[in-house]
Amino acid sequence: MEEILEILQEMHPDVDFEKEQHLIDDRIIDSLDIVTLISEIDDRLDVTIPAEEIIPENFNSVKALSELVRRLDEE
Amino acid sequence: MKQKNVLEYLEATVVRLPDKVAYADDEISLTFSDVYHHSRAIGSALLDKGICGEPVVVFMPKSPKTIATFFGCVYGGCCYVPIDPEMPRFRIELIFKNLEPKAVICDRSVMGELETYEFSGELMFYDELIKTEINDAALAEVREHQIDTDPIYIVFTSGSTGVPKGVVACHRSVIDYIEQLSEVLGFSEETVFANQSPLYFDACLKELYPTIKFGATAYLTPKQLFMFPVKLVEYLNEHKVNTVCWVVSALTMISAFNTFDKIKPEYLRTIAFGSEVFPIKQFKRWRAALPEATFTNLYGPTETTGMCCFFRVDRDFELGDVIPIGKPFHNREILLLTDENKRAAQGEVGEICVRGTALTLGYYHNFEKTNEVFVQNPLNDRYPELIYRTGDLGKLNERGELIFVSRKDHQIKHMGHRIELGEIEVNVNMLAGVSMCCCLFNKDKDRIELFYTGEIGESELMTVLKDKLPRYMLPNKLNKLESLPLTPNGKIDRVFLQKQLEAKK
Repeated sequence: MEEILEILQEMHPDVDFEKEQHLIDDRIIDSLDIVTLISEIDDRLDVTIPAEEIIPENFNSVKALSELVRRLDEE
Repeated sequence: MKQKNVLEYLEATVVRLPDKVAYADDEISLTFSDVYHHSRAIGSALLDKGICGEPVVVFMPKSPKTIATFFGCVYGGCCYVPIDPEMPRFRIELIFKNLEPKAVICDRSVMGELETYEFSGELMFYDELIKTEINDAALAEVREHQIDTDPIYIVFTSGSTGVPKGVVACHRSVIDYIEQLSEVLGFSEETVFANQSPLYFDACLKELYPTIKFGATAYLTPKQLFMFPVKLVEYLNEHKVNTVCWVVSALTMISAFNTFDKIKPEYLRTIAFGSEVFPIKQFKRWRAALPEATFTNLYGPTETTGMCCFFRVDRDFELGDVIPIGKPFHNREILLLTDENKRAAQGEVGEICVRGTALTLGYYHNFEKTNEVFVQNPLNDRYPELIYRTGDLGKLNERGELIFVSRKDHQIKHMGHRIELGEIEVNVNMLAGVSMCCCLFNKDKDRIELFYTGEIGESELMTVLKDKLPRYMLPNKLNKLESLPLTPNGKIDRVFLQKQLEAKK
């Protein structure tokens, strides 16, 4: 969870990611951010996110993203 | 009698297919009858207010309603100027300043946004306009006086300096383009489009007008879906989309995430793409996933009404190849002119210039910039004839197919040599470990810098490049990025990167 927060904060230092629950719906992050996020998570956390997991529900909050990463890591 | 107005497409189709869906998004669906009646009401309303022969700003988000409004402006003898509230603020301000529009049509939902901009024209609301009583006589009168060189739209395009220029297009060049494009891509009444392009770019001509010409259907794909490849493909399947004309980056987003392992667009048969070079690795994935589909590369600047060249992919391409832009549509000529204003020889690089009806009328309120690029054909010293200088460089390959080389203004002088930054990019893009790249020149520091995405590391890339490029073409600095910034049009945002480059100490 910490690393995900760090990655997001680097991309948007002005956003309070602990609070935001609608990153996609509120257009806080955009398509370019998604590409960067997926890339960073691959590089830093060694977790590859497959196409079918690239859905709004998994990207709407730090918590959702961390859950996704944790789940994929365990598989 | 020869067609002189784009609305004749709609008028013929509404008789045959009044209740078929023309345009739809997630919120609203308009049939040809709806589009016909709403646009005539809007046209009548404009005429009621005495607004005719003027540019009318359509300040609305992407929606079937917006398209009906475009046609409404044309019914009223005006030309539509699409502005989407999502466009950058400074750009909208510059457009209002350039146009000084007499009328702005908007949606109640974006009123708040609109109020933050300064303009003095009449403000009109879509929901009220469509209730206007249709004035058949007034509309017929407008049509009677309209001629095919009257403007239909003004679309703003970025200058390389960042100041937007309003390209004015008329019925004649749009009709000619739609006829040619439809034939090449084989559109018909059965065509189901998924639109990706914003309505404020002329790229959307490919879906807007063939839909009314053939009685086809165009779905306006929600922008959000372009972030989620599986959902995007599900959308295409849900609506049985058989035709897409998208920017390359929208297509590569799907293939890059291995989406085809999970789901494929089942009904897609016609794929047209343009605006950016298609990375061969991604292109192969598309071809492998959809062996039955046709793939067509399209090229053309806004100033020559939509696209002017096409290439139907008819063979395999390998890493290191470049997909050609092919040859011009019928009724257009491409001239490749050297610096001496002579035709380029076979294999010689020249500036791509366009001749013919395709040329738009020019830039709005900007004769100076217009005259810089819409010029007398240097090969013709006998009578006035315009060509448009695209500022793109190209050459013919051994098969006589046109290949895009680079932008002309990406020529630099470095270490005593004239270098095309595009040429460095082409060479870098050939490497397996590179996804996309952008080569820029910092004139003050006399440094070439390369920005790229891909798996290969900076130092390994440098080693490889030392083998591939002459010394004077080697970038002085390599910058590996997670992703390259893109413009709203889906192209690499060179202006943004250049600013970043110049800001560095």
